Amino acid sequence: MLNFKRILATSSMVATLAATSALAETELRMMWYNDGNESEVIQSIIDRFEANNPDISVVIDVVPYKSIMESLPIQLAAGAGPDLARVTDLGGLSKYYMDLTPHISNSDYWEASFGPFLDWLAPDSDRISGFMTQLTVTGPYVNKTFFEQAGVAMPGDGATWDEWAAAANDVAGKLDIPIPMAWDRSGHRVSGPAIAMGAKMFNAEGEPALVDDGLKEMTQRLYDWHQDGTMTKELWGSVSGSSYLGANEDFANGQVVMYMSGSWQIGQFSGTIGDAFDWWAVPAPCGAAACTGMPGGAALVAMKDTKHPAEVGKLMDFLAQEENLAEFYGKNLFIPGHLKLATGGVDFATDDVRAKHALSTFAGAVPKIAPTAFDLQGYPNNRIMFNALISRLNEAIVGELTLEQAYVRMEEDIAKQLAAKALE
Amino acid sequence: MADPGADTKNLASVVFARRGRKKMHWTDIFSYVYLAFGIFLMFGPVLWLGMSSFKTRAGLLEFPPTFFPLGQIEVQVEGYKKPLLLFDVQMDDGSTKQLAQIRRIGIVSQMVDPKNPSEKFKIPIGQRTKVREFRMAWENYRDPLERFNFLVFLKNSVVVTVVATLVTLLINSMAAYGLSIYEFRGRNAIMLFVIGTLMIPITVIMVPVYLVITNLGMVNSLWAVILPGAATPTGVFLLRQYMLTIPKELIEAARMDNASEWTIFSKVVLPLAMPAIAVLAIFSVMWRWNEFLWPLIVLNRTEVYTLQVGLNAFQGELDVQWHYILAMTVVTLIPVALVFAFLQKFITTGIASSGMK
Amino acid sequence: MTRNSDQPAAVKNTVVSIAGWPVQRVFRLLEYPFSKIQKGVGIQGMPWIFLLPNLLFFGIFVVIPLFINFAFSFTGGTELFLSNRVYTGTEQYRFLLECETFGDPITCREDRFWKGLYNTFVFVFFQVSFLVLFSLITALILNREIRGRGFFRAVFFFPVLLSPVVVALIWKWILLRDGILNAFLVSIGMDKILFFVSPEWAMFWAVFVSIWAHMGFYTLILLAGLQAIQPDLYEAAEMDGTSKERVFWRITLPLLWPNLLVVVVLALIKGVQVFDEVFVLTGGGPGTATQFIVQYIYNTGFTEQVQDFGLASAASIVLGVILFVLTMLQLAVTRARDNG
Repeated sequence: MLNFKRILATSSMVATLAATSALAETELRMMWYNDGNESEVIQSIIDRFEANNPDISVVIDVVPYKSIMESLPIQLAAGAGPDLARVTDLGGLSKYYMDLTPHISNSDYWEASFGPFLDWLAPDSDRISGFMTQLTVTGPYVNKTFFEQAGVAMPGDGATWDEWAAAANDVAGKLDIPIPMAWDRSGHRVSGPAIAMGAKMFNAEGEPALVDDGLKEMTQRLYDWHQDGTMTKELWGSVSGSSYLGANEDFANGQVVMYMSGSWQIGQFSGTIGDAFDWWAVPAPCGAAACTGMPGGAALVAMKDTKHPAEVGKLMDFLAQEENLAEFYGKNLFIPGHLKLATGGVDFATDDVRAKHALSTFAGAVPKIAPTAFDLQGYPNNRIMFNALISRLNEAIVGELTLEQAYVRMEEDIAKQLAAKALE
Repeated sequence: MADPGADTKNLASVVFARRGRKKMHWTDIFSYVYLAFGIFLMFGPVLWLGMSSFKTRAGLLEFPPTFFPLGQIEVQVEGYKKPLLLFDVQMDDGSTKQLAQIRRIGIVSQMVDPKNPSEKFKIPIGQRTKVREFRMAWENYRDPLERFNFLVFLKNSVVVTVVATLVTLLINSMAAYGLSIYEFRGRNAIMLFVIGTLMIPITVIMVPVYLVITNLGMVNSLWAVILPGAATPTGVFLLRQYMLTIPKELIEAARMDNASEWTIFSKVVLPLAMPAIAVLAIFSVMWRWNEFLWPLIVLNRTEVYTLQVGLNAFQGELDVQWHYILAMTVVTLIPVALVFAFLQKFITTGIASSGMK
Repeated sequence: MTRNSDQPAAVKNTVVSIAGWPVQRVFRLLEYPFSKIQKGVGIQGMPWIFLLPNLLFFGIFVVIPLFINFAFSFTGGTELFLSNRVYTGTEQYRFLLECETFGDPITCREDRFWKGLYNTFVFVFFQVSFLVLFSLITALILNREIRGRGFFRAVFFFPVLLSPVVVALIWKWILLRDGILNAFLVSIGMDKILFFVSPEWAMFWAVFVSIWAHMGFYTLILLAGLQAIQPDLYEAAEMDGTSKERVFWRITLPLLWPNLLVVVVLALIKGVQVFDEVFVLTGGGPGTATQFIVQYIYNTGFTEQVQDFGLASAASIVLGVILFVLTMLQLAVTRARDNG
């Protein structure tokens, strides 16, 4: 009943807010999506901000992730977007971001705390547009309990993808597990291992050059793994285009030995798997060139069409404070996107040893990320490359194209979209 | 036949009722097999959805799935703060014991006998099976509903549905009246145009419509959802076909009595066209209630969300949360089910008697 | 017909009396302005007055967007407002239509557009054929003297009221690898089938689910047609001892023909537009096996990082032209047959 009251209270509050906002308050709109319950954590921090700044009210509009990807760009293009938004297409929407520099109290703090990530948001300028609500690193989890039951030794630090695939197959064979290895269906996920194999991603002029021998090394393996049953076609084969699909449910259900995903799964696994088995984050497997995952993440950014830049600056200044971010990262089990906090200072709200191990594994992986991976993440049109990679590779895996045809199509897709983008 | 109670009469009479008094024709048997299979095929999936929506997240992952929602029993054991999960354990001597799990380390779990808390066991995890009971996972419903301004979403959905349906009925019945009662030049051209627009998938012109809405300053207003679909070709077509069957003499007689055209429309034609209008009303309510893609684009402020948008807001980037998806699907389905349960006969006979002859 | 007419009466009266009052007020308020207008334009002007609001809405929300759409197809870039977009002439069309052989989508510059078209035609062919077939069988059975007919009619009709997303989710939940259908298969000793991995199964379920959802509506239209057939025709046939099969082919089917035509045309129109149902169910996969033309347009305009409205618009125009040509062809064929 208490909850019902709360619903009533908040809804009547919204109604009164809408009625009175025209008076003295400045209302800021923040578009937000949730993977877990991040909006509640940020809300509690914003409540403190509002208490200190009674003339500013902040309304969080929680939308499905689909809206962030598909509707937000159109709204921004029409000048009807929110004041702030949590986005993942960091560089792609860059032209709609505002420069917070004149509106924040200490830009040195921002530079020092968010340095490399500011470039992801504003690739060709010194603008400060926002901060990372979470830094993510891609990397695999394994079902350690399976390895113990099968009596197979887990490959150690520095093991290659081939060694891991063989080990996962070994375990699955002994215990009759249906899926030895599963990867998220995402071009971003494939890119890290491809770079490990030696993919350069860009040519000497810094233009995208997706298909090279390094990339082929990895895509050929992925293709073979799908044919020989190391990976299931169910995950990658069962949707089209660039649709994302994860294997988190299968992994949690004990159907998968090794699962290539990333740091954002920690909070969820801690809840859904708990201690049912030991889910164990392992360092990124190696290729010929490196042992690396991809960095990534989501950022809270300020939009240039806002009518209240000063207030937006004030809010961002508050949210970006070290103790507030420490609280946000800690409660959500997110890897800090703040350089100082990354080296310690976040007290993660979990007593799950697996979660703690995973957090330290992924945080420890950040310094080992290959420079190419950082460049790719910072490239504003990277999603064009990711989408071309995953959708065409898939069409090859299900047999609609040969790998060679797929490579040609990848390049064509990228060229087509870059050309469309260049028409401005 | 007209007796609604006939539905519930005993099954045998349903099965053996047949045409005339001659011997069973193969089509008789076929009919009943077909109908029985039809019930299963039409209701089964929805029933399964409802059942599944009450399962816990872990319960949903189970294979083979259980029909009823089950949850593992937790017991309070002396000396332990948290309640412990209960298992049936196959002991080494072949007997079976109910034990509570303290913790699991790798492939071995430490267990305790709830009746005798001092006795502890180390059991390989393969020898345990969960002890479960019937339990509804209401949290699938509670969590998302609690997180959102459910009442605001509901209010918006109701406003959109009601206002849009009223506008739809008014302007479409007026248009249908104009197209059915009068003979005038250009009538056929307009009919052709109406039928032509039937063929346009709304998805295709979403961006241009968004541009129009922006120019009208209606972004983030419920009007942006209400107005674009108000003039529906299906509605005009359906109402017009029905109005054509209204005898012209009635209208002539009313004109003799000096009734204005508006009076003829509202007092003579509309009441006669009620069955068709009711059908359009029901369809309009369903279309509006179910609309998702378009509101997602034009509404991005919490206070104007409709239910379909609001209830999907928990869908994140990386996590498919079936337990919430199923529960929220059931929530959006309930009003439809209620409308249907109460108006079922009205709807189906209405379509049968007015539907595009 | 008669045996149904009394059932809804009570419900109808309640609905009418509740909803009626405010509606009557509105109509009475409108009476005065409309009689003024009638004095101004005369009776011959009134049809246009009645059409005006509807045409206004059509104009603003359908005709203008159609023109914008058309204009979009001659531009490129990512800007939303027409004035900011770059004029590219027929570039988008040339891009779409660049094929070595039109029969083989893989040789086309924009292979996915052609695959989408091809998949849509396959889908429409099977969906419409089986939809009409099953609607007809169901209507014939419901037209027999069976008990609980109202109930059965409702059973087949209710999915019509569900939203496409709900329909797809319901079935997806059943068809997943660990879903109940696979549990059934395992229980009778078969292996699990990964339905969304095989192109044939994915297309089968796309067709099946779409028939499941829409069959009730078409059944009712056909049922209305069946009930309008005079009973004495059947009685006469029975007197003559005509077999049931013959009665069906000689009496029922010819008299039902107009309704069947309506059903086929409506099903065709809706079939070509299929999108969200299948998109939620199969995601367009595996590969591109169930990616239909509207999904291609949606992907191009919305989900890619570069939202290419120009290309999406051009694709919708090409689709429109193809549909128009097909409609004309069909009309010509029907006419030729009717005349000859």
